[in-house]
Amino acid sequence: MLNRETATFKRTYAEDMALYPAPLPRYTILVLLFLFFVVVPLVSSEYTLGVANLLGIASFGALGLNLLVGYTGQISIGHAAFMSVGAYTSAMLVSIMGLHWGLGMIAGGAAAAFLGMLVGIPSLRIKGLYLAISTLAAQLIIEWGINHLPFIPGGAGGSIYMDKPSIFGFQLKTNLSFYYFIYVVLVIGIVFALNLFRTHLGRSMIAVRDRDIAAEIIGINIFKVKLTAFGIASFYAGITGVLYTYYFGVANYEAFTLVVSIQFLAMIIIGGLGSVLGSVFGAVFISLLPIVLDIFLRRVGGEFMEESQIAAITTQIQLMLYGGLIMLFLVVEPDGLRKLWRNITDYFKVWPFPYL
Amino acid sequence: MLYNIELMINGLLVGALYALIALGFVLIYKASDIINFAQGEFVMFAGFILAASLQTYGLPLYVAILLAVVGMTVLALLVNRLVLQYMIGRGVVSVIMATIGLAAFLQGTAGLFFGIDTKDVPLPISEEPIFLYDILLSPLELYAALAAFVCIGLVSWFFIKSRIGIALRAIADDQQVSLAMGIDVKLYFAISWCVAGLIAVVGGIVWGHLLGVDTQLALVGLKVFPVVILGGLDSIIGAIVGGLIIGVVESLAAGFLDPIVGGGTKDFTPYVLMIIVLMFRPYGLFGKADIERV
Repeated sequence: MLNRETATFKRTYAEDMALYPAPLPRYTILVLLFLFFVVVPLVSSEYTLGVANLLGIASFGALGLNLLVGYTGQISIGHAAFMSVGAYTSAMLVSIMGLHWGLGMIAGGAAAAFLGMLVGIPSLRIKGLYLAISTLAAQLIIEWGINHLPFIPGGAGGSIYMDKPSIFGFQLKTNLSFYYFIYVVLVIGIVFALNLFRTHLGRSMIAVRDRDIAAEIIGINIFKVKLTAFGIASFYAGITGVLYTYYFGVANYEAFTLVVSIQFLAMIIIGGLGSVLGSVFGAVFISLLPIVLDIFLRRVGGEFMEESQIAAITTQIQLMLYGGLIMLFLVVEPDGLRKLWRNITDYFKVWPFPYL
Repeated sequence: MLYNIELMINGLLVGALYALIALGFVLIYKASDIINFAQGEFVMFAGFILAASLQTYGLPLYVAILLAVVGMTVLALLVNRLVLQYMIGRGVVSVIMATIGLAAFLQGTAGLFFGIDTKDVPLPISEEPIFLYDILLSPLELYAALAAFVCIGLVSWFFIKSRIGIALRAIADDQQVSLAMGIDVKLYFAISWCVAGLIAVVGGIVWGHLLGVDTQLALVGLKVFPVVILGGLDSIIGAIVGGLIIGVVESLAAGFLDPIVGGGTKDFTPYVLMIIVLMFRPYGLFGKADIERV
């Protein structure tokens, strides 16, 4: 029943292709869905739900970046810029032109995907560091563009305010309603990503990552694959930006600076490159870090420091922790939290016979 | 016309300073294939040591420079030993991320220990502008550019003629063969990081004096990328030429484009230029084209 498979017992291709061939993961998914969509909303306070919402949005963004960096091997330091493209597109369309929020969301994703593919074009000729730097250029150019292009409103602060979206006349005002909204989007994103790597396209992406020249020789159009990867990843980024905008009710480029791009890179490194589960782990880890740090500093530092002093050092310690953790994981556990998780599950897989 | 020339000359002077920082970057890349995203942070850290010892403790300039040299050497050795040694031969994503992590770590550490308020690096140079045929020049930038060129000359000599430099070039050419020839590759990686640290001290003096020392100083590191990519990642000449070109382009953009579009063009015109060059010469102006085999 709950035991795991000991060998391959599949008789049809459909069975072999199933997303979760063994029974245990299927039940786990059901339990997780029940947990996230019934139990968590029931028992959580307003504050916890707020945190959960941020975790959900960050997971979605990290997932998108992982599709590009972890699965296709094309490093991007401009992820946050594509988020800002999505955020501003949707905010402008919805709050200024009065478009429906759903269309605004898709338009945000599409605009980000378009720009992402544009930035991905140099990937035809360049790769590795050169590509990383041209995405860095994209980040800086997009940031500048939002600030200076005349058709993007928002004044000096660059903010566009908008109303919260409403579904069938029910306005998403509370954290709870947003919780469902965000997590439904996240589940769609995760299912899409999981299935993507069972298709021809997904497999080609992995082949391009592992050895691009060999991939080209066996007949993969690597330019097309790379561009599609850029498009999909930027679409995810755009939707992430839209989610942030809908959730906070404001689009502001300061939420999407270079530092944020680096945070998302940190998420996928710490979570595990080339893993859907790892993206979620990393996003949760990195997003919880400042919250936990803040609580910790207030508890411990509150004894002998002023409030303002704590606030001043929190950002510095945060940066140190991000940087330190990235380096630590790269040196000690390059496969990230996902590998640690797998070590634990592998241990229990054969428990109580560890010598098997 | 005079205005143009002034912009050009200022650009060249600033470009020499970019070239200086780019040099540290190229040096590490050439030796160990490691892309150092923390070069700007190195400069910032050196600036902080200088500013703290000059301003807070009132030490004389030469002691401060000595302290910075010692501090940066120790930092470079630590960074090399604890983190980057493990990154050799790893995928480009890991290497880039490790140095980005290093950059964030150094930013945080510097802000925590030295404070986030801006400090000065006072130098005994007069602020009086010099006029050369009606062209306004600041003596500061002149001295800075001079210092940059002296450094560039020294490093070039070091790289081309000295025994260490020859060993470094051998490693850059083929790591395994160099190992077989009895070159202690790890030792030379450490040396290349130390040299990059020393270049950062010079950068810290010059840039710290020009801009003031705070965590924002690390942003000069972002200017390095267009410079090195324009010139070619593994070319010292490329770093110099790239630095000068970027300096001039930036200065002209600030002079002509800023009044039209309302500021900020300085920050991204180098990148636009870089992307255009990348489209036509993927390995930069002087870079060595890789031949890839499966």
